[in-house]
Amino acid sequence: MSDKTDVWQGTLALMVLKTIETMGPLHGYGIARRIEQTSGDVLSLNYGTLYPALLKLEQEGAIQSEWGVSDNNRKAKFYSLTRSGRKQLEKEARNWQQTTAILARFLASTGEQT
Amino acid sequence: MKALRRLKAKLIGLLSQTRRVQAAQEFDEEMKSHLAMHVEDNIRSGMSPEQAHREAILKLGGIEVTRQARREGATVVALESLWQDIRFAMRQMKKNPGFAFTAILILSLGICANVAIFSFVDAVLIKPLPYQDPTRLVGLFESTPLGSQLHLSYLDYLDWKRLNKVFASVEAYDNNSSLLNTPTGEIPTNGAIVSDGFFRTLGIAPVLGRDFHSAEDLASAPRTVILSYAAWQSRYGGRPDALGQVVTLDGTPNVIIGVLPRDFYFAPVGPAEFWKTLHLSSNSDRGDHGLLAIGRLKDGVSLETAQADMSSIAQQLAKQYPDADGGRGATLVALTDVIVGNLRPILLLLLSGAALLLLIACVNVSSLLLVRTESRRREIAVRGALGASRARLIRQFVTEGLALVAAGSLIGVTAAYWTMQLLTRLIPTNMMANMPYLHQLGLNKHLFLFTAAIALLAALLFSLTPIVRLSLTNLRDGLTEGGRGTAGTIWRRLGANLVVVELCTAMVLLVGAGLLGKSFYRLMHTDIGLQPDHLVGLRLQATRSGYANIGQVAAMAKQVTQEVGRLPGVQSVAISQGLPVGDGYGNGTTFEVIGRPGHEENNAANTKTVSAGYFRTIQARLLRGRYFTEEEDSSKPLVMIVNQSFARKYFPNEDPLGKQIRFDASEPPIKIVGVTDDIKEGPLDAEAHPELYIPFDQDPHYAFYVIARTSQEPQALLTTLSETIHQIAPAVLISDGVTMVDRINQSQASYLHRSSAWLVGGFAALAFLLGVVGLYGVVAYSVSQRTREIGVRMALGAQRASVYQLILKEAGFLVAAGVILGLICSLAATRLMGKLLFAVSAWDIPTLTAVALTLGTSAMLASYLPARRAASVNPTEALRAE
Repeated sequence: MSDKTDVWQGTLALMVLKTIETMGPLHGYGIARRIEQTSGDVLSLNYGTLYPALLKLEQEGAIQSEWGVSDNNRKAKFYSLTRSGRKQLEKEARNWQQTTAILARFLASTGEQT
Repeated sequence: MKALRRLKAKLIGLLSQTRRVQAAQEFDEEMKSHLAMHVEDNIRSGMSPEQAHREAILKLGGIEVTRQARREGATVVALESLWQDIRFAMRQMKKNPGFAFTAILILSLGICANVAIFSFVDAVLIKPLPYQDPTRLVGLFESTPLGSQLHLSYLDYLDWKRLNKVFASVEAYDNNSSLLNTPTGEIPTNGAIVSDGFFRTLGIAPVLGRDFHSAEDLASAPRTVILSYAAWQSRYGGRPDALGQVVTLDGTPNVIIGVLPRDFYFAPVGPAEFWKTLHLSSNSDRGDHGLLAIGRLKDGVSLETAQADMSSIAQQLAKQYPDADGGRGATLVALTDVIVGNLRPILLLLLSGAALLLLIACVNVSSLLLVRTESRRREIAVRGALGASRARLIRQFVTEGLALVAAGSLIGVTAAYWTMQLLTRLIPTNMMANMPYLHQLGLNKHLFLFTAAIALLAALLFSLTPIVRLSLTNLRDGLTEGGRGTAGTIWRRLGANLVVVELCTAMVLLVGAGLLGKSFYRLMHTDIGLQPDHLVGLRLQATRSGYANIGQVAAMAKQVTQEVGRLPGVQSVAISQGLPVGDGYGNGTTFEVIGRPGHEENNAANTKTVSAGYFRTIQARLLRGRYFTEEEDSSKPLVMIVNQSFARKYFPNEDPLGKQIRFDASEPPIKIVGVTDDIKEGPLDAEAHPELYIPFDQDPHYAFYVIARTSQEPQALLTTLSETIHQIAPAVLISDGVTMVDRINQSQASYLHRSSAWLVGGFAALAFLLGVVGLYGVVAYSVSQRTREIGVRMALGAQRASVYQLILKEAGFLVAAGVILGLICSLAATRLMGKLLFAVSAWDIPTLTAVALTLGTSAMLASYLPARRAASVNPTEALRAE
């Protein structure tokens, strides 16, 4: 597992929001699996850390939860995006893209000089 | 306090606990479903059930750890630390109960006074009158040289109604007490007469039955009556079949056609039960002024425009009917002012007084908080050193301030509720009946908003005080033992400023109270032209069924006078149309002096019919001429007595005796036979008006007062009096028995003066106490801070006297600043009070001096105690102390 990267602080929320946006209402386990899959199994996600993040997002009003039934006919809590969550996702995604773009350019240029 | 705290803690704990337990259970379920799904997936990918289960838990990072992580990730933490702050604040209060008790007591006193007074302001001045669009309603009056708010005559009312272009409607009303026929005999009841559209103009519709039709107020219309809700309930048991029943008032049958809403009141007519129409004929006398009027302004018409229009109409009528309307103008007053206008200045005064008291209370609590912050410097420093951020410390102080204010407001509002009850109970019943709007007094939305606003301001102040203090100093200073640095000085300056504010406020309140007290004393000792002690009055009303003509009434009055005069202890008896010292005036009239050319349009005076013994009984002072004699009845030449104001006004350089006067050209001349000193016939605080007296026997009335002077206890005489009169004249209704002293004390003028003097006096006394105690606190603290300095000074040879001087100089400076500032503020404040004062000027030098001296002396006395402690410091001990 040493080749896997840890999840950076703060990015988990963004990943959660994006995942729910693409997948529609989803339960915690589903979100966790989906994040791992999307990262091409590069990210090592401790599933337990997902739940405080979900709770925090819910308290912030970005997502809402509802008990429902999973594909396998199992009772599970489904999380879906709220309007303000959608906005938050857009904003944070934009910020993140900007940051990575700047960082990428920065790394690229310093690389050239040395 | 402790029980309350425990209860609160339990409640909050219970609430948050159930919520927390619920959330935890739900989370456990979520975990279960998560694990189940994961295990399923693992089995599908080929693991053994056992392995699948282990892997799932491992991947989760452990169930308990996840639970913990979830709990910590929640915002619950912030709430919990707030709860910690509150508990800490409570502990702080408990640890220092003296401080908490004092602060909360002072605060709740201030809040109680404000909320209680504000409840009256709200009921009287803020709540709109319960009519449709009440701001468009106006009271209409005629004005004469006697006054600006006088009755209209019916014909003038009709002309005003017809000619004006500014009112959507003008309606007349008057109060009208009448005798109600009941199976047990006639009883007096309150009522009103109104014109047909009166209720429509107010925007009031009967809850039962119908309103008066138009033209139902004409003399030719059948007689109908509308009941007040209270009358319907008490006299007809609230039965709907009351409609259509006949009620006999003053011997005339009236059909009940409607019932007014429960909340309806119209203060100018008091608690009227029966509302009849005017039933006046258009050939009545234009000089017969017996009506009041209201009007609803047309849309877009201002009061000023309306006043201009009505004044020109009055002028036109004065030209057209010089006899009746000469010298008469029109006065328009917003209906709200008609009803509550006289209470506005006094209520605003009381509210200002209460606000000042609150100011002083807040300042006092602030300085208490400052002292406490000072003594907690060490604690704060330690907390800071242990990592508490400044913001966290500030939050702690804000929480403590809030806790204080919350407790203070709660107690204050509760106390205010009782105070309100007490204050309303102190209002004499007859006054209460005329102030129906006070029935809405109570805790309501306005009151809670007001309390919240006060509480918010206080909380702000109490949070800011320690914050300012905290930001002034370096936190670490507090750690060094005995470190004084600049902190002490800064605090002393801030505290000293607060004390100056307190003393200044106390000074303003004391001056206000002093002036009001003096004004009340002057009012009670004003010369009313009669001797009120041992004097009683009783109202008699002869019924029409018992006395067919007025001559019989006059004979009955004479007999009553004789019989009452024989009662033991009675020194003299008289008959009078009204008792002296009333809340209003008697009948105004215009007149002309015979032999003077032209119309004397501005000649006006109040008239009163009195029996021969009136002046002797009340012990008035005769200035010239003679009093009436018993023999002067309708068979003798007509005579009158005038008061000194009358003589001065209408016969400035002449002898009024022997002059003749008539009310108008159609009436016979009346000769002036005497001049008496002014008798206070109107309100106690009003100027003397020109007054003319006519013998009762020459112009008797069905209703009159018997006035008797006794050598015995007056209250006891009242019972004997009504028993005796009832025996002689069973067909006479007896009511309103009162001793003259009570009448004066219960009159509106004396009540208003007395209550404002007492209330402001109470505020001032509290303010005085708080101010002086505040000063004591500051000086005492200063002394405690300077103990070592004083020790050094004494060790270096300073005498005790110079130590006294040191401390007292500092205190004296504060006192002088407070008193001088207070004097300046008082002068500004009392000028606003001018209208409320009787026979006292707002710049009353003796009061100002007395207050300044009292406050100054008490303040210096309060600072003498710590000064003495300073002077008795033992230098060696003081130096060793730290």
